[in-house]
Amino acid sequence: MNFNYKIKGGDFSAAGRASSEIKKILKKLNVNPKVIKRIVVALYEAEVNVVAHADKGSINAEIDSEKIRITVVDEGPGIADIDLAMTEGFSTASSKVREMGFGAGMGLPNMKKNADILNIKSKVGQGTMVELITFFKS
Amino acid sequence: MTIEKIAKILDAKLVCGKQMLKQNIEYGFASDLMSDVLTLDEENVVLITGLTNMQTLRTAEMAEIPCVIFVRNKKASKEMIQIANENDMVIIECKYSMFKTIGILYENKLEPVY
Repeated sequence: MNFNYKIKGGDFSAAGRASSEIKKILKKLNVNPKVIKRIVVALYEAEVNVVAHADKGSINAEIDSEKIRITVVDEGPGIADIDLAMTEGFSTASSKVREMGFGAGMGLPNMKKNADILNIKSKVGQGTMVELITFFKS
Repeated sequence: MTIEKIAKILDAKLVCGKQMLKQNIEYGFASDLMSDVLTLDEENVVLITGLTNMQTLRTAEMAEIPCVIFVRNKKASKEMIQIANENDMVIIECKYSMFKTIGILYENKLEPVY
């Protein structure tokens, strides 16, 4: 199964809609609730990052019997130093993002914690691609 | 502690989620920073917050938090109530400060997450 969603940069009122839809799909598929939580927390962090930092983006989720593979692609400023961005507490978020309850520099580390596999590719001035893979059974 | 008891001891208003009143809550976590809320692994957590926006509800939805208490007399919007209803979540509006709210819950033996 394949699902696609668009994300609009800066639109905090809509942030989380795609994560919510994917959560509902995984519930219908009777995936273990603890695994669902790990998947959607990582995805939601990625979705909020696009809203917080990029101009626009998209989410693609491929689900098979063993796993979910999610790719979140955005057009935006990109990440200059991915290792630094993975450090807890490092953030380039604006004050607006912080007012929304984010921008504490926990997003990427939290994605790493919750996904089985996390891959990040980024080009400064162009955008970022985040791949999150989680297996339904460990 | 049940959600019903939480609302009672805080003399607070139950906004939605009446069907969930008997659910047991084990832990309390107070934060206006949703990034920190998303790091929690525990279940049956009540979130105590003064941050009232859509992301508060989305965070609770993703983190499987069944009950959100808005302190400092903050109000939930229609859109927030809609998300809560879709996900069987409880919203409670409490007129007390964050400090007083947490103090009452702690005094009544609600456990901290850490």
